[in-house]
Amino acid sequence: MTELENTIDNGVNVDALIGARAALTDAPDAAQFQWRATCEWKGGTHSLSTVHGFSGLGDEHQHKTTFCFDADHPEVFASEDHGATPVEFVLVGLVSCLTGGIATIAQYRKIQLRSVIATVEGNMNLQGILGIDSKVRNGFNGIKVTYKIDADASEDDIRALVAQSQKRSAVYDMLTSPTNVTVIVE
Amino acid sequence: MQTTTTIVIGAGHAGLAMSKCLTDCSIEHIVLERGKVAHTWRTERWDSLTLLTPNWQSRLPGYGYQGDDPDGYRSLPETIAFIERYASLIAAPVQTHTNVNSVKKSEHGYLVSTDKGDWQCRSVVLASGACNLPNIPKFADDLPSTVRTLTPATYRNPEQLKKGGVLVVGAAATGIQLAQEIHLSGRPVTLSIGEHTRAPRVYRGRDIQWWLDAVGLHDERYNKVDDIVRARGVPSFQLIGTPDRETIDLNSLRKMGVKHIGPFVGINNGIGQFAGSLHNKCDLADLKMNRLLKAIDAWIAENHLEDDVEPSHRFPPTEVDSSPPLSIDFQTGEINTVLWATGFRPDYSWLHVPVFNHKGQIRHDGGIVDSPGLYLMGMQFLRRRKSALLDGAGDDARELSEHMLSYLAD
Repeated sequence: MTELENTIDNGVNVDALIGARAALTDAPDAAQFQWRATCEWKGGTHSLSTVHGFSGLGDEHQHKTTFCFDADHPEVFASEDHGATPVEFVLVGLVSCLTGGIATIAQYRKIQLRSVIATVEGNMNLQGILGIDSKVRNGFNGIKVTYKIDADASEDDIRALVAQSQKRSAVYDMLTSPTNVTVIVE
Repeated sequence: MQTTTTIVIGAGHAGLAMSKCLTDCSIEHIVLERGKVAHTWRTERWDSLTLLTPNWQSRLPGYGYQGDDPDGYRSLPETIAFIERYASLIAAPVQTHTNVNSVKKSEHGYLVSTDKGDWQCRSVVLASGACNLPNIPKFADDLPSTVRTLTPATYRNPEQLKKGGVLVVGAAATGIQLAQEIHLSGRPVTLSIGEHTRAPRVYRGRDIQWWLDAVGLHDERYNKVDDIVRARGVPSFQLIGTPDRETIDLNSLRKMGVKHIGPFVGINNGIGQFAGSLHNKCDLADLKMNRLLKAIDAWIAENHLEDDVEPSHRFPPTEVDSSPPLSIDFQTGEINTVLWATGFRPDYSWLHVPVFNHKGQIRHDGGIVDSPGLYLMGMQFLRRRKSALLDGAGDDARELSEHMLSYLAD
C-alpha cells in the first residue's frame, strides 16, 4: 500500500488541505473568506473583469497575477463577440469547480487519474431575458455535465468521485440552492 | 440534600444498561427519570412505530429477547414493555417523575438539582437521550400560517392531519416511513430528500442488521473511523420493520405516487425553495449502498458461506425525474401540512458544566466527557456504530462503568 501511495500523483497537495481542515475546525473565524472581482464596461455589451485580491485566514491575499476576463455576446445577438457570454462563465465556473474537486478527492482516495474531460451544457429559453413570456425564467432551465474519466479505479469508484465532488462543490451549491444577491449603487 | 456515588439521568435502555453495569461494579447509584421508565417511547413516538432492528438484536446486559419471533420487529407497546421488564428484572434504582433542573460542578463531584430535591454525587451519567429537540431550520417560521407543522415527536397517526397534501421533509427511516403511511391514508405526499442512507431490509436472504452485526460493522469503534464527526451525523438507514420484511425506499414510494423533491432550502414570499441537487443525493446513496453490499459479499466469500446464502445481486438504481420541481407554492393550499422529519438533537439546557464546544455539543472521548466523573450514553456512534441501538448500550455501559470504577478509586 505504501508503495502505491507514493506513486499516486494528481498534483494535489492533499496533506495541506487536510491540515487546513483540521486548523479551520478549531478556528471558525479564519474560515471566513471573501472572493472579489471588478468589472468595467468597455462599450456595447463588452466588459472587462479582473480578479486579483481576496481575503481569508484572517488576512488579505493576492493571486500571483491579475487575471482578466472579457465578456460580451456573440454576433447573433448583434454584439461584437469580444469574449465569452456571462452565462458561459457560469458554466466554466461550475465545471472547473467540479473538475478540481474530482482531482482532489481522487488524490485523497489514492486514485490515479489519467484523463478527465467534461462537457457542460446549459439550456436557456431566450423568451425569458427578452421579456416575451414572464413565465419563462431568465436563467438556465437546466444544466447537464458529462464526464469522461480515465483512472485506475472501478466504474463505481469513479462515479463516487464525481458524486462526492458535487457534494463538496461551492459552485454546484450556488447553482442548486438560492443565494441572496444584493446590488447597490454608490 | 441527599448523597449517592453516581446519578444516572434518564431511564431509557441506555440509562438502565448503565445501571445494571454499575450494580455489577457495586457502585451505589440512582437513576432519575422525568416520567416513567421509557418515557420518550411512551410520549414522543408515533402509533405505528416498529423498531428497525430485529427482536434478537436487543442484547442488554443480563437480558435479551426470549420470545418465539427472533426475526420480527417490536411494536411501540412491545418496546415499552421490553424496557419496563428490563428495569424490573435488574431491579434498577429508578426514581420516576423527577425532573432534573440543573447539574453543576461541586467540590467533590456534582450537584444535581431536581424538582424533588437536591443530590450530591461523585459522578453523573447523561443518558437523557439523543432526540430531545427537533432540528427544524430557521426558515420554517416563514411558512404561511395556514400551513400546520408537525415533528415526529408530535405526530401520532394520519388522522391527526387535515385532508390535503403533506410535505414530509427528510428521507431517513422516519421520513420515508411516515411518507408512506400518510400517503396511504389518502393525503398526497411530497417528500423532500436530502442526504440519505439507502439499504435493503433483506440481502442474500438475511436481515441487513444481521449482516451489519456479522460483518462487524456494528462493532466498528469510534476511534477507528475516518471522520467520526461525520459518522455521528449519518442519517439512519431507510428501513421499516414489517412482518413480511418489506424494503421501503424512494423507488417503492415513487411507485405508490409519492412525489420526490430536493432538499428544502428556503422560503420566499410563501414559496418554498428546493435545491436542484436531488440527482446527486440519490447517486451518493445508491453508491454507498452498493459499497455496503460489496463489503457483505466480500465477507461471505472470505468465510466461504456462498452455499449457505442466496446469490449476490444489486438493486435497481433510484429513479429520479429528469427535472424535479424546485419550488412549492404554500399559498395555494394544495399542501397544508409540513412534517419535519429532519432529525433531533439532545437538550442540555440544564447542564451547567463547561463541556460544550462552539457548536453546543458535549466534548467527550467515546462517552468520557471532558469533565472528570461525567459520562455520556446512548448517542449515535458514541463508542461503536451500534451505540444508539438497544443492542449497542451494553458494550458501552460495560466499558464506561469500568472507567468510572477506576476514576472513583483514585
